[in-house]
Amino acid sequence: MKEFSYVITDEIGIHARPAGMLVKEAKKYESKIVLTKDGKSAEATKLMAIMSLGVKCGETVQVTIEGADEEAACEEMTAFFKENL
Amino acid sequence: MKSFFGKSVYKGIVLGPVVVLKQNDFQVKRKKIEDADAEIARLEQAGNQAKEQLQRLYDKALKEVGEASAAIFEVHQMMLEDEDYLDAIHNLIQTEGVNAEYAVAVTGDNFSEMFASMDDEYMKARAADVKDISNRLIRVLSGEEEVDFRSMTPSVIVADDLSPSETVQMDKEKILAFVTVHGSTNSHTAILARMMNIPALIGVPMDLDEIQTGMRAVVDGFDGKVTFEPDEELCNQTLHRMEKEKEKLQLLQTLKGKENITADGRKINIYANIGSVGDVGYVLENDAGGIGLFRSEFLYLGKSDFPTEEEQFLAYKQVLQTMAGKKVIIRTLDIGADKQVDYFNLGQEDNPAMGYRAIRICLKQPEIFKTQLRALLRAAVFGNLSIMYPMIISTEEVTRIYEIVDEVKKELEAEQIPYKVPEQGIMIETPAAVMISDELAEMVDFFSIGTNDLTQYTLAIDRQNAKLDDFYNPHHKAILKMIQMVTDNAHKHGKWVGICGELGADLELTEQFVRMGIDELSVSPSMVLRLRKVIREMKCD
Repeated sequence: MKEFSYVITDEIGIHARPAGMLVKEAKKYESKIVLTKDGKSAEATKLMAIMSLGVKCGETVQVTIEGADEEAACEEMTAFFKENL
Repeated sequence: MKSFFGKSVYKGIVLGPVVVLKQNDFQVKRKKIEDADAEIARLEQAGNQAKEQLQRLYDKALKEVGEASAAIFEVHQMMLEDEDYLDAIHNLIQTEGVNAEYAVAVTGDNFSEMFASMDDEYMKARAADVKDISNRLIRVLSGEEEVDFRSMTPSVIVADDLSPSETVQMDKEKILAFVTVHGSTNSHTAILARMMNIPALIGVPMDLDEIQTGMRAVVDGFDGKVTFEPDEELCNQTLHRMEKEKEKLQLLQTLKGKENITADGRKINIYANIGSVGDVGYVLENDAGGIGLFRSEFLYLGKSDFPTEEEQFLAYKQVLQTMAGKKVIIRTLDIGADKQVDYFNLGQEDNPAMGYRAIRICLKQPEIFKTQLRALLRAAVFGNLSIMYPMIISTEEVTRIYEIVDEVKKELEAEQIPYKVPEQGIMIETPAAVMISDELAEMVDFFSIGTNDLTQYTLAIDRQNAKLDDFYNPHHKAILKMIQMVTDNAHKHGKWVGICGELGADLELTEQFVRMGIDELSVSPSMVLRLRKVIREMKCD
């Protein structure tokens, strides 16, 4: 299992558009990718669940990745968060 | 043949097919089904169809308004594929044995409530997205056709009322006339109709259930009358009158390229008011000398998120380049009051016309204002731009605006981005601004009198309240005296003054305005040549 945490810098947090991009990205991997904030978790492939975490700017999300391609997925997801969120 | 009378906002006449726009308030009925698998298959098919619709909307939006605003349709597609959402619907169908429409409606309500109960204002607004996709799915399931403006033939739009965001999304080529049950002569539907040169009737006491898409209708803006399913005789009469109107318009065309000059030699500028980049075509077609009021709200309306600096910059630049050196006066954001946008989260106000709107939002939330100013200053390099600030009531506001402009200027300087600080003026649309116009004239480059709001604030009459239309006297002496006062104060300081409200297009007042010394009139593109005709036929002394 791989994991990293990230502090959101996007002004409105994980809003609809980046959440959509995140889902698209997460679906590329076999690994199960889970976002956790304040004890609430959501699978990265589920758009509405991610949006309902209500992640705002300045908040930290924990990302865990588990599966056959977790190495590559972790690297790509880290880059994705930095780039888009 | 059935006729109704309403209030006409533009004198024109047309015969065409009707499209009825109904609010999305379908009654979804709960039904027992036998075969759950068949129902789920039906749902899947509907889901694919809905996604195809969204893909077409995405492609259209991408071409017309850019990637950032098109993205919402992509998000909607993904919402339709959301596992939790689909699981919940499947579950209802299987365990309760209900029809797909009902299962979608219940699930949609549950999910949108989940968003509505979040403590984040932005996420709260997403409840509308969930409702939207659920309604789309239900529409497809129940075989209801969505009005597709692309494949629609030019039609008479019949509706209860139209919101600014609805009218903004319409393809203007496809609209022959508006006929609405509600709305007032100063509403945005009315303004749009004048802009587009099409007949529009409001306050028409018709029963929308009796009118169907596909009927034919004659809309007569001269008599304020709409006739559904007209007989042969009326159709022929109408076609004849349409022909005559066309001839009159062609006669006006001969004034193109001529100066706006009175018989005794006084010149005046006639500019056009527009509300979107697409309207620039109307400006050039009608030979306006420039754009006197470019309502920048179009960039903000009908969207799910703030327009980016780049998006705004490109829109402004495009207009400036198309106008090729002619003056373009862009008014900064005038949201609030009757123009509401979800993502601004302005909240409910008891008295929105006197509430948190226009420059007040910009000064309270300078980050929104700065994005627009950056885009404007950058675009200014590409043409003859002026910036105009709405709803000013004090000199302190102007001082504060200049401070923010200065900050933006310094930022651009530091980032080595090319920019220019253009001419800056203000709207005179509050009685307060009129009374201190002497002081304001010292600070700004020009005044533009917004007569709609000025009249509303001076006469204490709500523009949106149709009941008050009888009390609303646009020629009220108080207004005309104010215009004279503002003009004198501007000229005292060597500044120019224009009128950009509906009054500027009032041909009965044109002569008086010219005598008052007004330097510019900004009107809907369709009025430019009519105004030119009046001016060329008048004498100043």
